[in-house]
Amino acid sequence: MSDWGRKVWVIIIIKLFIMFVILKIFFFQDFLYKNYHTDKERSEHVLNQLTNSSDNHDRKH
Amino acid sequence: MIENIDLSLVDWSRAQFALTAVYHWLFVPLTLGLSFILAIMETIYVKTGNEEWRQITRFWMTLFGINFAIGIATGIILEFEFGTNWSNYSWFVGDIFGTPLAVEGILAFFLESTFVAVMFFGWNKVSKKFHLVSTWLVAVGATLSALWILVANAWMQHPVGMIFNPETARNEMVNFWAVLFNQVAVDKFLHTVSSGFLLASMFVLGISAWYLISKREELLAKRSILIAGVFGLLSSLLVAFTGDQSARTVSKIQPVKFASMEAMYEGKTNAGLIAFGILKDTEKKIGDKTIKEFAFKIQIPGLLSVLTGGDKDSYVQGLKDHISGNEKLGITSTPEKMQRGKFAMDVLTSYKRARLINDTAQISAIKGVFKEQDFRDKYFRYFGYASVDKPEDVIPNVAVSFYSFHLMVVLGFLFIMIFSVALYLLFKGTLSDNKWFLWIALLSIPLPYIASELGWLLTEIGRQPWIIQDMMTVSQAVSQISTGSVITTFILFAVLFTGLLISEVSILLKQIKTGPKH
Repeated sequence: MSDWGRKVWVIIIIKLFIMFVILKIFFFQDFLYKNYHTDKERSEHVLNQLTNSSDNHDRKH
Repeated sequence: MIENIDLSLVDWSRAQFALTAVYHWLFVPLTLGLSFILAIMETIYVKTGNEEWRQITRFWMTLFGINFAIGIATGIILEFEFGTNWSNYSWFVGDIFGTPLAVEGILAFFLESTFVAVMFFGWNKVSKKFHLVSTWLVAVGATLSALWILVANAWMQHPVGMIFNPETARNEMVNFWAVLFNQVAVDKFLHTVSSGFLLASMFVLGISAWYLISKREELLAKRSILIAGVFGLLSSLLVAFTGDQSARTVSKIQPVKFASMEAMYEGKTNAGLIAFGILKDTEKKIGDKTIKEFAFKIQIPGLLSVLTGGDKDSYVQGLKDHISGNEKLGITSTPEKMQRGKFAMDVLTSYKRARLINDTAQISAIKGVFKEQDFRDKYFRYFGYASVDKPEDVIPNVAVSFYSFHLMVVLGFLFIMIFSVALYLLFKGTLSDNKWFLWIALLSIPLPYIASELGWLLTEIGRQPWIIQDMMTVSQAVSQISTGSVITTFILFAVLFTGLLISEVSILLKQIKTGPKH
């Protein structure tokens, strides 16, 4: 394998390790799938998020 | 609850997404364009049987390989961020965003990945023709990948082909073709892909110019300049044409963005096109936003009216038309849109309350309302306005929009000149003697990168405060996570990306210095 080829493979492996083993597992868990178990719960959460801004708006004005 | 979110969380989440997207876009356009340049070069090799063309193809393929390998999967980080930082948005867009990305993953990415392996490792192992077909399929696959991502982004600029389902709190696709052939998607695809072709052509031209300055690899350099010159000139003309078309579409579909691009506060007929301008703050305001005026400008009278409406009497809308409304032109005011958005929000709130007490009749009735065309067109399309505090909040950053657009246009014309001069000197046989031009070509390599990033800056900042035009603000879209974790990952990305970029540039430079294998 050429010199540049070896370097590039090392970079790819380190990069993919950082991305999928460190970042994805420790820092980038899916917020809704981590905190809610069913789609119904997730949709309720998003519905609350969207409409609570409206409730706050009512209170402010 | 959304309004209680610390603004710094929104800002840091935006900064992190911007950093990732800007970095990702350093790799993509070169992959898009260089893949076609390789395919053209290899076609000449297969047609002529000339071994020198094979060497030239393999040299540029090495540089393509370095860029492809370092850049690969950087886009996946954006998808991580959607799920973690932008969960409300990710859920709300539902399959509208998921479907194009899934098609991209299944069709285009696998097509590209499979044939990349043949392209790199298949020399002397597969037939010439099969290798050539693989190289072309890599180019087509890369372009198709870009298509689906751009379709998804275009939907954020101009949401079409969907119905919101209050039960799932998601938008559901009802017309795939409307999403695919969304005018913004068509313009965006053609403009973005051709800008990638242009960028790669400048990359090839600049490096070839360096070989001529260094008085080495003359054959490779001149043949590469021939391909890059022709491909680059055609691409830069296509970029200008599609950019013009794209601006026309923006003037109709995102008129506030368009008015910001032109720093036009007052609408008018016989509107001039600003060729060059410097903005300054004034004492005047729209609400609490300071109005900017030109400290200096060079203007072509009437041209903006002609370009957008076909003649100089055509009216070009200003920002004030959209804040205060313009009854004569049928432009709805922002306060009216806020009222309509609030009404849509109230209907959704009623649905939520009905669901809490399990009032099935009310649930069914409200679900019916969301299916009504009239409700969707008059109210729900302004859903995001319910979260807007003041009418002037819908004005994006005018200075950033104006400068990024105009600098991009100036660079676009410069590229046409550079490729034209390169071809002229090449055919005249004096290219190697004109060192001044070779240096210009070499130093111009970063310019298409700057122009391309400016294009994205305009696309995304010009759309603020929306993440989905008129339907969802950026603040509504963000997840309630700790600002500290976003700052931590921002720093991690900055370090990781800088390291990768340094690695790529150093490996590329080493390969360029080494040159092709003879």
